[in-house]
Amino acid sequence: MDNGFFIQAIIYLTSAVVCVPIAKKLGLSSILGYLFAGIVIGPFILGFIGSEGEDIMHFAEFGVVMMLFLIGLELDPYKFWKMRKFILGMGSMQLIGTGVSIFILCQLFLDWNWQTTVVIALALSLSSTAIVLQTLKEKGLSQTSMGRASFSVLLFQDIAVIPILAIIPLMMSGQAIPDDDLKSSLIIDLPGWIQTLIVLAAIIAVYFGGKYIVVPLLHIVAKTRLQELFTASALLLVMAVSYLMQLVGLSPALGAFMAGVVLANSEFRHELEGDIAPFKGLLLGLFFIGVGASINFKLIIDDPAYILIFGAILTAIKFFVLFGIGKFYKKSNDQNLLFSFGLSQAGEFGFVILSFSMQLNILPNILANQMMAIIALSMVSTPFLLLINEKWIDPFFGVKEKVKKPHDIIDENNEVIIAGFGHFGSTIGRLLKANGVNATILDHDSDRVDLLRKMGFKVYYGDATRLELLKAAGAENAKIFIAAIDNPEVNLSVVELLRKHFPHLNILTRARNRVDAYELIDHGVDKIYRETLYTAVHLGVDALAQLGHRKYSATRQGQRFIKYDEAAIRKLAIKRHDKMAYLATVKDELEMQEQLLKNDLNINFSASDHAWDSEHLKKQITE
Amino acid sequence: MAQNKILILFAHPLFEKSFVNQALVRHIPKSKNITFHDLYEEYPEFDIDVQREKALLQKHDIIIWHHPLYWYSCPPLLKQWIDMVFEYDWAYGKNGIALQNKLIFQAITTGGKKENYCEAGRDRYSIPELLEPFNQTAKVCNMHYLPPFVIHGTHQMNKSEADNYGKIYADLLLYLKSNELDIKEMNTHFYLNEWFNSKIQTNG
Repeated sequence: MDNGFFIQAIIYLTSAVVCVPIAKKLGLSSILGYLFAGIVIGPFILGFIGSEGEDIMHFAEFGVVMMLFLIGLELDPYKFWKMRKFILGMGSMQLIGTGVSIFILCQLFLDWNWQTTVVIALALSLSSTAIVLQTLKEKGLSQTSMGRASFSVLLFQDIAVIPILAIIPLMMSGQAIPDDDLKSSLIIDLPGWIQTLIVLAAIIAVYFGGKYIVVPLLHIVAKTRLQELFTASALLLVMAVSYLMQLVGLSPALGAFMAGVVLANSEFRHELEGDIAPFKGLLLGLFFIGVGASINFKLIIDDPAYILIFGAILTAIKFFVLFGIGKFYKKSNDQNLLFSFGLSQAGEFGFVILSFSMQLNILPNILANQMMAIIALSMVSTPFLLLINEKWIDPFFGVKEKVKKPHDIIDENNEVIIAGFGHFGSTIGRLLKANGVNATILDHDSDRVDLLRKMGFKVYYGDATRLELLKAAGAENAKIFIAAIDNPEVNLSVVELLRKHFPHLNILTRARNRVDAYELIDHGVDKIYRETLYTAVHLGVDALAQLGHRKYSATRQGQRFIKYDEAAIRKLAIKRHDKMAYLATVKDELEMQEQLLKNDLNINFSASDHAWDSEHLKKQITE
Repeated sequence: MAQNKILILFAHPLFEKSFVNQALVRHIPKSKNITFHDLYEEYPEFDIDVQREKALLQKHDIIIWHHPLYWYSCPPLLKQWIDMVFEYDWAYGKNGIALQNKLIFQAITTGGKKENYCEAGRDRYSIPELLEPFNQTAKVCNMHYLPPFVIHGTHQMNKSEADNYGKIYADLLLYLKSNELDIKEMNTHFYLNEWFNSKIQTNG
C-alpha cells in the first residue's frame, strides 16, 4: 500500500475528528461539521485534496446506499401501508410542485433549453435524505408528525429517483452521443423491451434471492459465531445488490433499499442493522466531507451573485411548496416550519442526477458544476436555517417555548420538572397531578405541547439538552427532575448536563432497559427506573399466580426479585468494564444474560426469610 | 327460620405451607349462605377495597376472623383490614351502626399446646386474654363478640387429625348457619369448641 493512501486517510479522519466535535460543541449538527471539514481540506482552502475529491465522492456515495439499505431494513411493510396516503400524497405534491415551479421560473428567466431545465428541475427538487434523517435522529424528532411527514416525502423521493434516472436518457434527443466509456449499464445497447424485462427479472431476483438464498446463508454464517464474518456478509450483500442494480441500469440505492425491505422480516434484521450502522455512519461522514470538498468556490467567486441568488430562490421555492403541503395536511405552524425548513435543501441524489446527465452530455460542464455548488450550498444552509428557525422564527409563529402569563399571576416555580411527556412521562405527570403536585413539563413535540397547555399544564417547548431551556424551566429552584425522554441518548445527555450544572437536583431517571441502566450507572445516577423491570416482574408474578401459587407469596417473590436484580445490575455494571474493550453488541448482550441466569441459580429466594414458616419450630419440637 | 349468613375472613400469609388450615378451608361447606373470603389472595399488595369489604360485611350476619395466631396476634393483612374497613361513622362513632348486632368470633390455629396458654404456662396468658384487643374492637363497633374457635398444637398434628378438625369446623359452620343462636349461652363458654360440643351432645 503506498503512503498516499495513509496520508489521505489521515487527512480525512483528522479533519472529521477536529471539525465534528467543534460543530457539536457549537450546537450544530454533525453534518455541518463534516461539510466544513470537507471545505477546509478541499482545494480552495488548504488544498489537501483536490481532484481526488471526486474519487472519494464515488466511494462515499456508498454511504448513501447503505443508508437506504438501513431505511429498507427499518421499514415495516404494515407501517408503509398505513402511511401510503402520506407517502404518495405528500411525496408527489412535493416533487411535482417543486419541479414545476423551478421549471417555469428557469424557463422564464434563463435561456436554457427545455431538456436542461427539466433535468435541473428534477435534480433540485429532491431533498437530502442523509441530512434530514440525521437531523431528525439527532433532534429526536422522528416520532413527531413533522418527522413522519419528512420521512414520507423522502421515501417518495428515494423511490422517484429510479424513474427519473430512467427518463433522463430520453432527454438526449440526439443532441450528442455519449462517450462510450461512460456507459453505465451493460444492457443499454439492447432493445427497450428486453431492457425492461431484464430490470424486472433483476428485481424479482433480489426478492427471491433475499428470501431463499440470503437468509439461509446468513443462518450458516451465524452458526460460525464469528461476528466479523457476519459483518462481512452484510457488507457483501449490500455491495452485491448495488452492483447488480448498476448492471441493469438502476440506482444502487434502490437495490439496497429493496434488499433491506426483503430482509426486514428476517430474524437477522437487528443484527444486520447493528453491523452496517458504523460503516454507514463513517461513509456518510465521508460523503459529506466529499460534498464540502467538491464545492467549487472558483465558480462561486466568478459569479457569486448568480450562485447565491439562485440558491436562495431555490431554497425559498422548496420551502414554500413544502409549507403549502403542510398547510394542506393541516400541520400546526411549528411542525410545518420545521418540516419546510428541514427539507428545503437539494440533496445527494441531485449530485447523482447531475453527474449522470453530464455524462450523457445533456448538461454543459460549467452549468452542472454551478448546480452542484448550489446543491452543496443549500445542504450547508439547512442546519443554519433550522437554527435560525429555532431561535428567531419559530418563537414568533409557533408554539412558544414558554407561555407568557398574565401579569397578575405570579409565575410559581414548580418543585418537579418532567422532561419528556410521552407515554412514560405522562403517566408520572398524571399521578403527580392527581396528588396535587404540579410539574413543569419539557417536551419537544409541539403538537403535544399545544394540547398540554390547553389542559393547563405548565409546559416548556424545546430541546431539553439546552442549558438555557433547563434554566428557563426553573431547574435552579426545582427539587426533583424526572428524566423520562423516549430517546435514551438524549435522556442521558440531559442527566449529564443536570449533574454538571444543577448538582442539587434530585434526579429520577427512566431507563429503557439493562443497557441504558449500565450507562446511567456509569454516570453515577442513583435512581434508575427500568421500564422493562417492573412491568415484567409484575407479569411474572401474575403468571406464578395463574399457575396456582399464592398471590401474596408470588408478590413477595416479585418484590424480592426486583431488589435482587437492582443489586445485580450494579455489580455487573462494574464487572463489564473488566473486559478490555466493551462493545454493546448482541453477543455481549447474550453473555450478560447468561451471567444473570447463572447468578440466579445460586440464589434461593425462599430460604432467605422464615416469616410465618413454622418448619423450624416443628423440627425443634421433634428433636 | 331464616338462615344466618356467614362471612369467613381468612388471613394466612403462608397458606400453601399450612396443611391444618388447608384441611379447615377444604371442609368449609359449599353454601350460598357461607362466603369464604381469602384476604391474602384478594389483596396481595395490601390494597384493600374498603367499599367492597363494607358491602360484604353488610350482607352477612356472622363474621369469622379465621387466622393463625402469630406472635399473639393476627397476621398483618387482617390488622390492615380492621384499620381500613372499620371506618369512623360507619363501624363506630355517633352514626356508626353498620355492624350493630352482628356476631363476630375468631377461628384460630396455634402451634403450641393448649396447656401453654395459662398463667403458669410458657405463654402466660389464656387465648381469650390474648384476644382482648379484638374483643374490644368488636365492642366498639357494637358487635357481639363470641368466644374463639381454637385449634391448638398444629406443630405436632398429623394429616388425619387435621382432617378431623376440618370436619368439626364444617359442622360448626353448618350449625351456626341453620340455628337460632343464644348469645348469652355461647358467652358462658371459654372456647366456642366447648359450646359446640355441648350442643352436639344435647342434640344427640
